[in-house]
Amino acid sequence: MRNETALGLQEARGPWARVLRFILYTGLFVIFAGPLLALMIGAFTPTVNPTQFTLVPDRLSLENLERAIDRNVLHYLLNSFVVVGAGLVLQVLVSVLAGYALARKRFRGSAVVLVVILMTMMLPEEVLAVPLSVLLADLPVLHINLVGSLVGMIVPVAGWGFSILVMTEFMKEIPKELEESAKLDGAGEFRVFWQVVLPLCRPALGVIGIFGFVMIWDQYMLPLLVATDPDQYTLPLALRTLRSDDQVGIGVLLVGAFLAMLPSVLAFLALQRSFIRGLQSGAIKG
Amino acid sequence: MTITEARTSPVRDTRRPRRTDPPLKMRLRGAATPWLFLAPALLLFLYFKIIPMAQAVGMSFEEVRPFLGNTYVGGANYSEIAGSPDFGAAVWHTVLLAVAQTAGSIVLGLALALLLEGQTRGLWFVRSAIFLPVVTAMAVVAEVWRVMYYPAADGALNSVLSVLGMGPSEFLNSPDSSLASIAFVGIWRGAPYDMMIFLAGLAGVDRALYEASAVDGASRFRRIWYVTLPGLRPVFAILLTLAAIRGLRVFTEVFLLTNGGPDGSTEVLLTLTYKLGLERNELGVAAAGTVLLFAMLLVLTVAARLRRKEARR
Repeated sequence: MRNETALGLQEARGPWARVLRFILYTGLFVIFAGPLLALMIGAFTPTVNPTQFTLVPDRLSLENLERAIDRNVLHYLLNSFVVVGAGLVLQVLVSVLAGYALARKRFRGSAVVLVVILMTMMLPEEVLAVPLSVLLADLPVLHINLVGSLVGMIVPVAGWGFSILVMTEFMKEIPKELEESAKLDGAGEFRVFWQVVLPLCRPALGVIGIFGFVMIWDQYMLPLLVATDPDQYTLPLALRTLRSDDQVGIGVLLVGAFLAMLPSVLAFLALQRSFIRGLQSGAIKG
Repeated sequence: MTITEARTSPVRDTRRPRRTDPPLKMRLRGAATPWLFLAPALLLFLYFKIIPMAQAVGMSFEEVRPFLGNTYVGGANYSEIAGSPDFGAAVWHTVLLAVAQTAGSIVLGLALALLLEGQTRGLWFVRSAIFLPVVTAMAVVAEVWRVMYYPAADGALNSVLSVLGMGPSEFLNSPDSSLASIAFVGIWRGAPYDMMIFLAGLAGVDRALYEASAVDGASRFRRIWYVTLPGLRPVFAILLTLAAIRGLRVFTEVFLLTNGGPDGSTEVLLTLTYKLGLERNELGVAAAGTVLLFAMLLVLTVAARLRRKEARR
C-alpha cells in the first residue's frame, strides 16, 4: 500500500496494460529526449541541411567533428570549461563561507543580509544587461576592465543567492555541540569551519555543486556582454556563429550543440539524486 | 556538559568577572567574524547586482553620452519608452509568453508526474530521460528547435505533422505562429521541471487518505480531484510564482530563435532593452526599461511572499 500512486497506473497488470504502458513511456521518451537524441545522432551523420535531421541515420561518420574542430569548437569548449571550473570553485567557496555565517552565527544585520540575498535572486544578468555592459568595462573604484576577458564571465557568477540559501539551510541542521567541543579543544574559528562543519556538509556540497555547474554552463547573457572576440566565446555562445558551413551544412552546429549538451547532461546523470533533492527541497520551501 | 557545570560551580564563581569580560579587542573580533565570512558574497553582490541596479536607476534619468558626460533629462526616458508602441507590444508578448508557458508547463508537468509516479527502475529511467531538456543549456535547446522548426515541408517537425495529417507550418518564420512556437519550446523545457516538483508533492500526500477513499469506493478520477489535487495546493502556488517571475525575464530562447522577429511578433521586454541599449546605444532609454521591468519583478515577488505568508497562517 505504501507505494500506491495517485493514478494507480502501476497496479494494472496483464499483457495489455503492459503494452499500453510501454507505448506511453516510449511516446514520452521520444517527445522529450527525442530531439536531443536526434542532435546526438545528427552530430555523427553526414548531414547537409536541416531536413535530414532525424533519429534514423543512413550512415555514421566523423566528418562533422573534423570540420567542427577546424572551426575552433574545441577552443570554445575549453573556454567553457575554464569558466565553469573557475566559476564553480569560487561560487562554492563564497557560498559555504556565507552560509556558515548565516547559519552558525547570531549577529545584528543578518536579517538584512537575507533580504539582500533574496533581492539579488530577482536580478539575474539578463535583467541587468544594460547597466552591466557599462559597469563591466570599468568597475567602480577598482577601475578594472572585465570586457574581453574570461575573468568577466567568472567573477560575477561567483555570488549566487540560491547556493548560499541551500548551504545556510543545511548548516543550520548540524549540531552546535560539535562546534563547541572543537572550540574547547582550542580550534580557531576558521579551523572549526574548515575541519568540523564543512566535512559534514558533503551532501549539500553535492547539491550546490551540480546546481552551480548547470547554472554556469547555461549562462548566455554574461558571455554575450563580455566576449568581444570569438577567441573568448564559450561553446553555448559560439553556437550562433556555427549555424551553417559550406562543407557540412548544419553538421558543425550539431557537433557544437552536442558537445555543449554533453557536460551538463553527464553531470546531471552522475549527481542525479543530489540535483533532484535540491530541486525539490529548495522549491518546496521556496 | 561537564564544562558548563564547572563554570557555574561556586568555586569558579570568584573568577567569573574576568572570564565573561573578554578584552575589547577580542569582542570586536567576535562581532566581526560573521562579516568576514560574508564579505566575499556581499562584495560580489555589491559589484554585480546592487551597483548595476543603482546605475540603471541613475542612467534612466539621464541622456547617456560616453566620453561627453551624461545630462539629466528627468522623466524623458520613461515617457519615451512607455509611450513607444514597441514597448507596449513587448509587454504584451512577454505576458502572453509567461502565461502560456506557465500554464502549459504546470498542466503538462502535473500530467507527467501522475503518469510517471512510482518506484520501478523503468519509471526512474523514463523520468531521467524526460528531465534532460531541463539541464541542457538553453542555447543548445534553442538551436535544436531551430532545426526542428525548419519551415520547409520536409523539415523535421513538419514531417511528423504530415504523418499526423496536419499541414506544414511556418513555425518561427510567420508572425502568426512564431510566439506560439517559442512558448512550445518553453513548455517542452518547463514541464519536466514542474514534473519533478509535483513528484515531491505527490510523495507528500498522505497515503492513508488514498486508502480511505478506496474504502469509500471513490473512483480514480474522484480520488485525484478530491484527495491528490488539494494536497498539491502549495506546489501549485510555488510553481505559479516561480514561473511568472521567470517568464518576465525570458531572453535567451527568444534572442536565439527569432531575435524578436518576424515583424516584431516575438519582441519581449529583454530583447527590446538589449537592442536599445547594446545595439542602438540608447542606454538611458534602455535603463528606463530595465527599471520598469525591475519594478514589475519586485511587485510580483513581494506579492508572492505576502500571499505565501498569509497561506502559512
